[in-house]
Amino acid sequence: MAILLDEKSRIVIQGITGSEGSFHTREAVSFGSRVVAGVTPGKGGAELDGIPVYDCVGDAVKKQGANVSGIYTPAAVSPDAVFEAIEAGIELIICMTEGIPVLEMVRVKQALKGAGARMIGPNCPGVTTPKVGKVGFMPNFIHKRGNVGVVSRSGTLTYEVIWQLTNLGIGQSTSVGIGGDPIVGSGFTDILALFEADPQTEAIVMIGEIGGTAEEEAAEFIRSQVKKPVVSFIAGRTAPPGRRMGHAGAIISGGKGTAADKFKALEQAGVIVEKNPAELGQRIAEILKTKK
Amino acid sequence: MKIHEYQAKELLRAYGVPVPRGGSAATPEEARRMAGELSGNVVVKAQIHSGGRGKAGGVKPASSPEEAFAVSAEILGMQLVTPQTGPEGKKVRRVLVEEASEAQRELYLSLLVDRSQKRECVVLMASQAGGMEIEKVAAETPDKIVSCAIHPVVGFSPFQARKLAAALHLNAEQRKVFADIVHNLYRLFMDKDCSLVEINPLAITEDGRLLALDAKLDFDDDGLYRHPEIKGLRDRDEEAPLEVAAKNASVNYIKLEGNVGCMVNGAGLAMTTMDMIKMAGGEPANFLDVGGGASPEQIEKAFKILTSDPHVQCILVNIFGGILRCDRVSAGLIQAAKNIEMKLPMVVRLQGTNVDEGRKMLNESGLRFTMAEGLYEAAQKAVALVQ
Repeated sequence: MAILLDEKSRIVIQGITGSEGSFHTREAVSFGSRVVAGVTPGKGGAELDGIPVYDCVGDAVKKQGANVSGIYTPAAVSPDAVFEAIEAGIELIICMTEGIPVLEMVRVKQALKGAGARMIGPNCPGVTTPKVGKVGFMPNFIHKRGNVGVVSRSGTLTYEVIWQLTNLGIGQSTSVGIGGDPIVGSGFTDILALFEADPQTEAIVMIGEIGGTAEEEAAEFIRSQVKKPVVSFIAGRTAPPGRRMGHAGAIISGGKGTAADKFKALEQAGVIVEKNPAELGQRIAEILKTKK
Repeated sequence: MKIHEYQAKELLRAYGVPVPRGGSAATPEEARRMAGELSGNVVVKAQIHSGGRGKAGGVKPASSPEEAFAVSAEILGMQLVTPQTGPEGKKVRRVLVEEASEAQRELYLSLLVDRSQKRECVVLMASQAGGMEIEKVAAETPDKIVSCAIHPVVGFSPFQARKLAAALHLNAEQRKVFADIVHNLYRLFMDKDCSLVEINPLAITEDGRLLALDAKLDFDDDGLYRHPEIKGLRDRDEEAPLEVAAKNASVNYIKLEGNVGCMVNGAGLAMTTMDMIKMAGGEPANFLDVGGGASPEQIEKAFKILTSDPHVQCILVNIFGGILRCDRVSAGLIQAAKNIEMKLPMVVRLQGTNVDEGRKMLNESGLRFTMAEGLYEAAQKAVALVQ
């Protein structure tokens, strides 16, 4: 089954002719993703390896039945790209872009709410469903199809964990990078709900980091709504307060958002918390063994 | 991005928020002239990016331009130490000279973005407990803080100012002024992509006027591209020199206190690498994220920054290549090490896109380094090198 990306997904890449867009479209296609169209305003009529490029998302939807969009546009124009996708009726919008102002995301969330569209990101590595496809830039080789759902605020740290799992023979249902920004299209809670309802997913790995209260909110949700086992790691135990640690959302503010607080909240909700990320795969392996 | 109090007050003035009359001065002579233009007593305030300047001795009164000269001569050049600056403190290069005011009451007012899932919008906060650390108030007497979520579509609406004004027990005249202040602060917040607007204290003077005695304005770094005039307020003297150099090279770098330098791709992995170094018994010297698109030139720049920190005794390179391809990393490492005649021991841990090619290049480069496979193993090897 998996979540978000499945056999019915028809992907349009916004920003397909840019250097990032074109490179990652090719990687995604070789992973098996069904990319049916690309959009770059002004480049309609062009093509990338046989994928038709259109001037607007509406055309991609009308002419190719696109229902998922991947966005690789610069920060200044990305909110506009999201609004265009929403208006064109795209149901799942995955935005990789880093650098979108927070106040823009406040507006974007309103537009999503109104349209019932789902967004993943921004500032994320995207979504990968092994054996089906990916939208984003998680490296192709790390994935293996299986029953562990992965949800994370990070990029490369997520790849580490997925690679660990794969090397232990543990496959993934879907891996979701929700992004490193303070306000994201889908939070941990949204993705946990999807994993909980997905028959293919048996256990969940949740990778968080300092800043905000997303992990604490997830802990609340897990306590009451998630029966499947959850293993979690939080990056940034040694981060100094008040500094933005790369990700716009990774900042300890006014004493809030520390890794210690998050570990505590998750532990209290029954989440298996692992402080050494090199051991995460091992912990999941143990859990899956005891489930059998 | 942070700015100084005097810059914040200039912005507030431009947005119609009442602030004391005054201006900044970089020399005692400028301070004397500024004091001469103002009436009555003045206060001379050290300008550094930190709170707690008063307690640290960086805020002093002066009752004449001559005294303003003397007082600012003391404060300028001072190495001011506050809880936020760390033990080394920050050098005071500028003071704000403004008319002194007596506050009969001190209120607190702020705007920020509440990122909790329930809200995800701008929030207004006010409290009668002004002139104190708001985190303390929030921890000890949270009922003293009133907040209003500003709906993204509705925007700020006058009833919200009325709600806050009532909670602050303002009189009818003050409520009108307060409503204007709040509305103007909201406009400023939205216009300039602020991340925090904090007025602490918003004073009620003896003659009943509202006055922003202190102001802190922080800006969303991701919004700066569309506000060059705000970007221009940046004070590089307030940033660690290595961090300035890093920003110029588009490298995400934060200096810490340890001796194990690290260069990682991806913020989450970089934080984790710092955590791993600590876990292995070492002290990270920095946070450094080379990001997804680091060219060999950029990797060399990152290396230069790391080796410019005299505390760094070894370097841990931890790269999991997604967008960042391992062969490009290796090309950068080799180029950098050769160009700067690298003397420090290095532990290199590579995984990801084109990893075999990347490892091959390093092995054939003739450079002296230690390879590692696992995350924790890499940290252990790096820590062992400095002990």
